[in-house]
Amino acid sequence: MIRKLLVTVLFGLLLHLPPVSAEDVVMARSNLPFPEAMLALQESIRAHGYTVARVQRVDIGLTGMGYKTDKYRIVFAGKLEEIRKLTELAPQLIPYLPPKISIFAEGEQTVLVTVHPKLYAGIAGAAVDPVIFERWANDLQSIFHDVRMAE
Amino acid sequence: MPVTDKFSRTSAICRCVTQLDDTIEMRLTLWVFLMCLFGTVSAAPDGAQLYMTHCATCHGDKGDGGVGVPLSLPAFLESVDDSFLRKTIRLGRPGRVMPAFRALGDAQVDAIVSHIRNWSGKPAPVFPDTPIKGDVQHGKELFASYCAACHGEMGEGGSGTGVTFSRKREQPIIAPALNNPGFLAAASDEMIRYTLQQGRAGTPMRSFLVQGLSEQDINDLVSAIRSMEDSEFTGERPEVTHEEAVIIVESPYTLDETVENLKESLISQNFKLIRTDYLEHGLVEEGQEDKRQVILHFCNFKFLFEALAIDPRVGIFLPCRVTVVERGDKVQVMTINPLYLSSLFNNDDLDEACKEMYGIYSEIIEDATL
Repeated sequence: MIRKLLVTVLFGLLLHLPPVSAEDVVMARSNLPFPEAMLALQESIRAHGYTVARVQRVDIGLTGMGYKTDKYRIVFAGKLEEIRKLTELAPQLIPYLPPKISIFAEGEQTVLVTVHPKLYAGIAGAAVDPVIFERWANDLQSIFHDVRMAE
Repeated sequence: MPVTDKFSRTSAICRCVTQLDDTIEMRLTLWVFLMCLFGTVSAAPDGAQLYMTHCATCHGDKGDGGVGVPLSLPAFLESVDDSFLRKTIRLGRPGRVMPAFRALGDAQVDAIVSHIRNWSGKPAPVFPDTPIKGDVQHGKELFASYCAACHGEMGEGGSGTGVTFSRKREQPIIAPALNNPGFLAAASDEMIRYTLQQGRAGTPMRSFLVQGLSEQDINDLVSAIRSMEDSEFTGERPEVTHEEAVIIVESPYTLDETVENLKESLISQNFKLIRTDYLEHGLVEEGQEDKRQVILHFCNFKFLFEALAIDPRVGIFLPCRVTVVERGDKVQVMTINPLYLSSLFNNDDLDEACKEMYGIYSEIIEDATL
């Protein structure tokens, strides 16, 4: 009886979960200055079980060439086993891997941008169980939430 | 009492208790489920939360603007009705960054509109749908004199995304594209007339009555703006693109030869090779990467600077890179298709830059695999 009740309660709670944003380009704005937002982003990525593979410093190259720019980085992150599985099952996804998040300063705030993981599901096609991309979407929402809420 | 009687009575009592237990369990489970379902149905969408999720990045947490219009500006809220806000959320501004939020339900859209409306603390204005009939030709002449400097000769609006990336915000708003089908579908003639009459305090938009135009002149202007409307606009999502998501070309060379060819090719196209590494770089200990997946990162900083000025979100395309993959006895060169990605951004200016990028990627790969 208790088990049945628990299942019912869990199902009911699921009905209350906020919907995941389904826009093609997912954005978030943090009130933190760039360095703190960058730290919060990487911490959250790691807390969700992903490895930060690399941080590409776009602004360094630009300023080095004499262009004026704000702080701008690209954070690549993923889970090795997932990346290996995807490159095997859906090689057409390779140019999009590992997934990345752009992060740049706008004044005293910071903006995060990435594509919605449903994009990857569309490219991968039937060869890959879409559950993986649904999980990415949920994690992405959670990571962006963390950065927005970070103080 | 005989033992058998005692036993049968005890059994009967047990059966009753069990049946009672089943009934209670069933009722309790049903009750819990209904409470959960009822809670879902009855709970109104949280407009503030929806706004934070879908709108705040561009319009600011408190509606003070940024990429998008400053929604909390009192003069803005006084000049737009709720129908305009609802339709704008639904239809977006095709080609002008603001996406169409088709996935939101009506109740969610209403909740966002209520949240925005609460900033003014005043009731929403109501504009009738009655069309305004004016002299279109005269209106076009007035438009060229009074409006084109900010809104563009064809009403195409100011340029840029509104992000203050590496520049100061000189104006609180980019002049809206009046010829945009999303705008014209959302705005009634009366709403446009009100804005022309009153202007929008806090933006460069001044009252045309104050500038000396008559009521009839303003009606003519409204008709000229309405004449920009595309009668075929349905608000349906356009085909994202017919482009493939990736450019894949088979190379007749070995993996190492292809990588060397690509290095030469991208330098000949005025790109700087930034780095060569493996796809698994950073995900696995150095030396343990799959060496059949090589990525060349390269950049043309002038092109990059221009692209960021068009739309700072282009980081999604960055850095420019080509991946060489060996699978069995095949070597393939792969890269993202900029035309495919640009279709996600709803930015016409970016589409143009991506056409150029597509040409460059194609040439680099073609040169390397000839």
